[in-house]
Parts: sequence; C-alpha cells; structure tokens
Amino acid sequence: MSFRILVLVKQVPDTRNVGEDAMKADGTVNRGALPAIFNPEDMNALEMALKVKDYHPDTEVIVMTMGPTRAADIIRESMYRGADDGYLLTDRKFAGSDTLATSYTLAAGARKLQPFDVLIAGRQAIDGDTAQVGPQVAEKLKLPQITYAENIEKISKTKITVKRRLDRGVEEVAVKMPVVLTAHSSADPCRPRNAKRLLKFKNARTIGELQNETEDYTNMGNAKSVHKISEWTVDDLDINPENLGLQGSPTKVKKIENVVFKQKDSVKLSESDEDIEKLMKDLITSHVIG
Amino acid sequence: MANFFTDNKHLKFHLSHPLMKKIVELKERNFEDYETYDDAPKDFEDALDNFEKVLDIIGEIAGDTIAENAEDVDATGAKVVDNHVEYAEGTKENIEKLKNANLFGLSLPRKYLGLNFPIVPYVMSAEIISRADAGFANIWGLQDCAETIHEFADEEMRQEVLPRFNRDGITAAMDLTEPDSGSDLQSVQLKAHYDEQKGTWMLNGVKRFITNGDADVALVLARSEEGTKDGRGLSLFLYDKKADKMSVRRVENKLGIKGSPTCELVFKDAPAELIGNRKMGLIKYVMALMNSARLGVGAQSVGIAEAAYREALTYAHDREQFGSAIIKFPAVYEMLTDMETKVAAMRSLLYETSRYVDIYKTYQFISEDRKLEKEERQEMKKYQRLADVFTPLTKLFSSEYANQVAYDALQVHGGSGYMKDYPVERIFRDARITNIYEGTSQLQVVAAIRGVGNGTFLNVMNDFSENKVKPELEYLQKMLGKMKDQYEKAVRKVRDMEDDEYWDFHARRLVEMAGNIIIGHLLLADSNRDQEYDKAASLFINKGRSQNIQHYSYINNIGIRELGDFKK
Repeated sequence: MSFRILVLVKQVPDTRNVGEDAMKADGTVNRGALPAIFNPEDMNALEMALKVKDYHPDTEVIVMTMGPTRAADIIRESMYRGADDGYLLTDRKFAGSDTLATSYTLAAGARKLQPFDVLIAGRQAIDGDTAQVGPQVAEKLKLPQITYAENIEKISKTKITVKRRLDRGVEEVAVKMPVVLTAHSSADPCRPRNAKRLLKFKNARTIGELQNETEDYTNMGNAKSVHKISEWTVDDLDINPENLGLQGSPTKVKKIENVVFKQKDSVKLSESDEDIEKLMKDLITSHVIG
Repeated sequence: MANFFTDNKHLKFHLSHPLMKKIVELKERNFEDYETYDDAPKDFEDALDNFEKVLDIIGEIAGDTIAENAEDVDATGAKVVDNHVEYAEGTKENIEKLKNANLFGLSLPRKYLGLNFPIVPYVMSAEIISRADAGFANIWGLQDCAETIHEFADEEMRQEVLPRFNRDGITAAMDLTEPDSGSDLQSVQLKAHYDEQKGTWMLNGVKRFITNGDADVALVLARSEEGTKDGRGLSLFLYDKKADKMSVRRVENKLGIKGSPTCELVFKDAPAELIGNRKMGLIKYVMALMNSARLGVGAQSVGIAEAAYREALTYAHDREQFGSAIIKFPAVYEMLTDMETKVAAMRSLLYETSRYVDIYKTYQFISEDRKLEKEERQEMKKYQRLADVFTPLTKLFSSEYANQVAYDALQVHGGSGYMKDYPVERIFRDARITNIYEGTSQLQVVAAIRGVGNGTFLNVMNDFSENKVKPELEYLQKMLGKMKDQYEKAVRKVRDMEDDEYWDFHARRLVEMAGNIIIGHLLLADSNRDQEYDKAASLFINKGRSQNIQHYSYINNIGIRELGDFKK
C-alpha cells in the first residue's frame, strides 16, 4: 500500500521573538525585521505525513508553499526531513494575499497535483493565526476536512481514521479519502533533519534561486545532481487573476493596536494563616480553582 | 529549541583552522567521490559547509533531546533484564533520533555508508553530545570501534559490519578489562580457542567494567595462544550480539555517567571472528583503539567543562546576595574566568591533537591503495609521532581540567550546587570518571613523559616559537620562550640524576610544564587568528608560568635524597 500526500507549508516571520519594529505603521507584519522560520504546526503536518511513509515506504510526500523565492528554504528543510519533492508557488501577483486569495492559489496548485490521498496543512500560521487556509482549501477542492488532527490512527486504501485534539478531550473521526487534515501542535513534533538527505539536497534550487545565484545562465543547473525544486507562477496554474493577491483579498486591516496587559487590581497578602485562608476561599468562590 | 553547535562560536572557529584544508583534501582524495555519491563534497568549502550543516543537526539533537533526557537518564540508569542491558528510556530515544538522522558512522568511508568526515568534526560531535549528557557520549563515542574494524579487519568483515553503523544505528563496545586485568591488560585471561568442527573461534571467560557491554558488536581482547602469559598471546575478536552466547551478569552502580551501562560479562562458547592477525590484539590493535578512546575522553571532558561553565555562569548572573548578583564579586568572577580559560585551553589542545591524528591516519589509509611519496611518508611519521605524545597530553589535561571546572562550577552554586535541584551536581559526578578510565592520569603521564624524554615536546615548542605573531602579542611569545628555558633546565636536572625512579617521580611535573608551554602556544596561535582569544592566551600563559615556577622550584628542592621521605 502506498499513498500520495500533499503537505502545505508556510514560511513565517518568527513572531515568538518580536522586537519593536515587528509591525509596520499600516498594521501589517514587517517581515523584513523578523527571522523567517518554518511555521511550527506545518512541521507537525509534515511529520504526520512522514509517519505514513515510515509504515508505507512507497508513499510519496510532496510539500507545497506559496511565497517569495526565499520560501524555497522550507521546501529544502522538508526534504532534509524526508519529503520527496516540493513546489513553490511564486509570483508578484500573489503578493498581499489574505486567507481567501491564499487558499484560492493553493487550491489551484493542489488541483494540479491531483490525485492525492491526503492533504495536510498546519492548523494555523503564527503570523496571522486565522486557521482559515486549511479549511478554505478543503472547501475549494470540495473535499472533506478534519481539523485539529493530532494523529493518523489508521490509514487503509480508501479510508482514514484520525484523532482530533479538542478543548475537552479527543475525538476519532473516520472518513473516506481524499481528505484534508489540519495538524494541531499537540501532534508529534517533526523529526530532525537527516544528515544524508541534507548533504544530498542542500543544493536543491528553484529556477528563481538559480537565476539569482548564477550570472552565467548557460551553465545554470549543470552542477551534478542539483535537484530542481519546481516553481509555478500564475501562468502555470488554471486561475483567474482577479482572485489573486491584494486584488483578490477582501480583508482590510482597519486598525492595529498594541495591547499591553496591565495589572488592574492587586491585593497584598501577608504570610499569615488568615490571609492564605481568605485567598483560598476567594479562589474557590470565583471558581479559579475547585 | 537549543542548538549546542550554533550557540557555541568556538566550535566553528576550530573547524576553520588553516590545517583543515590539507586534512580535507587528503581525506577526500581530490574529491573523487563527488561524481559517485550524492552526499560527497566537490571542494574544500563544500566539505566545510557539510561539516557545519551536519554538526548543526547534532547540535539540535543534543540540545533538544539528549540534554532534555539527561536528568531522567541519570536518575533511572541502565539495568539488567534477562541477562541483557536495558537502557534508560531517554537513552533509547537518543539512539533512535541519531540513528534516524543517519548520523552514526560519521567518519567511515562512504562505501561503508559513512559520511567520510575527518576526526576533527567527529571529535566535535562527541564534545557537543557530552555537553548534553556525558554518559551518553560514551555510547556515541564507541563508534571508535568501527574505526578500529576499518583500520585492521579484512575487507570481508568491513563490508559485513561497517554499513550497519549508519544504516541500523548499531552500537559497539570494547571488551578489554577483566576482574584481574585493569590497567595491566597484558594479563588478560578470557580464552579464545579455534573450534575445528564449527570452523570458528570460541570465547570463554569474564569481562568486567565494560562500557556499553551489551552492544550490538564488541571487540573482545582474548588469549588465543595457549600457555602464553603476556601481551603477545592476545588477539582481538569481533563478537556479534546476535549469537546470544554472552550474558550480562551485572551493571555497576556508579558515581556518575549512570546512563552509560558498565557491565560484567560472561562469555560461554561465544562464537567470534578474528580481527586482523593473531597475537597483534594488544600490541597493535588495542593500542590504536585506546588512542582514539583517549581522544574521545578528551572530547567528553571538554563537553563536561563547557556544560559546567555555562551552568555556573548562569547561576552567578541570577543569584543575588548582599544586594547584587554574585558574579560582581572578585572571588566569583575570578573562578568563572579561570574556568572559561581552561575550557578554551583544553579545546585548543583537543583539536590540535585531532588534526595530527587526522593527517597521519589518512595517510595510512591512502597507503593501502598506493605507495606514498617520500615526503608524504615523512609527514605521516611526523604527525604520528606528534599524535602519540599529544594524545596522552590531551587526555591528561582535559580530564583534570574537566574535574577542576566542574568542582568550581559547583562551588559557584554554593549550597544549592550540593542539591539535586541543579544539573551541576550531575555534571560534577560525571566529570570524575574522565581522569580514571581509558588510563588514569598517572598512566597518561607514563605515555606523555616519552615526549619529554625524546625531545618531541621541545621540538614542538621550538617550532611554535617560530610562528609570527601580532606585535601586541609578542610579549606573550617571549614569556613562553623563558618558560621553555626553565623547562629545559628542569628536564636536565631530573635527567642528570640518571635514576629511573626519580625520573618517574617528577614525570608529572615535567609533563605539566611542557603542557603549559604547548597550550600557551596554541592559545597564542588562536589569538593571532582571532582577537577573541587574546584574553584566554594572556591569562593562561600567566597562570601556566606561575605553575611552572612552582614545579621548577619543587623539582630543585626535592632531590633523590628526599625521595626516601615519600616511600611507603
């Protein structure tokens, strides 16, 4: 048994290490000021796919991302970890996409890569935190979706059983494939890079990267075993340009606010038994504990 | 999210030493693998990039997995279940991660599925892993056995065993010591006889204090020549765990490195294959194996010291007393800077020695395929001579420093350091073995004193003092020159007595004097390459100078007559 699994990944600014210049005046993220990383839950998604490949070695794991040329970094990162191949959707016309335009573009890319059995995306990206792209892609592809996936429990020729992580417990869902999953951060963390794969694929490049690196186009890509990462632009996809990028994005950022949590009330307590007892009673009556 | 390679800039510094170019070019033999293997480099820069990228993976696994598991592994340790070792859960996870990342067999040639890395990056991987968990560093470091098989076994055995390291992540053991043969391996008794009917060698007997004794493959030193009593009757054998004829009688309960199982083993009609030639077991193969194991302990010691220093530094920043962080007090910052200097010193010596080993070993392998040119032969001999005395020097200095640094690191923690609440007590316990196993410090002196006696160390000092240094560092070079004169006087004084026992008595002092000067030169060279090391060079040379004055004075005052006062 073997499967074809498509994993959607995204390169994001590392919002966990935010400095003062993290936001621009217009309320959008200043991507230049933050280091670019592999979106964490997309790594959970990749691991979920690679686990299937561990059990069914003929399985093909393909990653796809939309972004500028440098987003090829996370395709390589995925290949170091076990992905077989990667596709970069890149075009100036994609710039400024909100979740709707993004999912439109990704769905077009996914359609071109059909047939696949499972499409896995991270639940949400740490730059926008919308958790919309995965479900929207599923809608556009008219596929069933299982969000908050924590583990693929079973996978057979046509059916998949997935454990979902919910606020108050877990749920097992079985569905016919093809299907879209969004991976939750409680899923297994991604495996480390494999040394041999890294040495093999460190020179994998998209055509855009090769153009940036090489002045002499005639020699381009002649170096031994440079794996070529496919690059798709608007022209490669069956899409309506009006639905792309800023033009295809109804989301408008109205206002951005810096919220700093301030302490409002404070109570000073002594170490006395009475004070501690009072605190316990307050916590219990306000249902913070108990 | 810790990476023990990228968070330590000194590693990259040593990886980029000027001699690396030569090492890589020798090791890659004009980059002939490039056309055949996906993971082979095309030139020196490409190879260096490969080292950094792979060490980056090891640094990540060390920081995120091995270091995270270290406390639990220390608490649980390994145990015996049904005559076999069961690793702590964390140890199993560590091995699994490294295996799945195809990291085992780092230094083996590509045809045996290795990455063909030189010794320098391999030793660096051991340092990184030891910083995370010194006990686990043993299991990692026993890949040295693969090197020994590569060096001395025939092609058939190489092809059978070596690929398993990278592909299956197998671990290894070197089964040398026995209840009555510790430092004196010549008296090994475990018996090997050739069973004509079965057409194989059989092992019978007991081994003791065997690190990772239940490994997948073991190199077993055994007496193959009946009636012999010394080292010339010993041969080296390969035992495969799959035969299931060896049982683990117990796992020792140790002070430290608890994750590394130290086993007592019983071999009962255990089939084994002869490695190389009969009778060469101890005198050739085990000597080579011990040398790489000593380098391994050197790396382990640097890793331990690095971990201890970092713990102490963090604590001294955080801990406030008398209204300020304790790092502000001279008594504390002096300790920390001394520790930092020692770490720089031991690391510099470790990688210098590794480079020597790299060069001569690579020439050795090349000579299997073609006759070496005269200059190449001379170079091989030169570096082998250097490696022979630098290896015990490295083991001696780094293991003693690891203990000193760990001791001071615990001291910086005060009472808290004595509690199980901080990692430093584990690091302190782990450090203690480094100057004991693979030859005690006292035995390293016995090996290193040869470098004093035959003038190798003096030649090295003379060569080093020819190096051109920046004008602002010249005063240090002069200081080292004076230290050398004093060292020569000390050597003469002891030698002129023409008394072996007296020579042995002062041997450690002489070796330490030589070591202080040599390490001083190495740090000076580092500082000449990067001013980052100016402080370490100056502080180390000043400390070394005062220690040498002390040794010199003691040697002058304790003559043969005074020797009697010490005898028991």
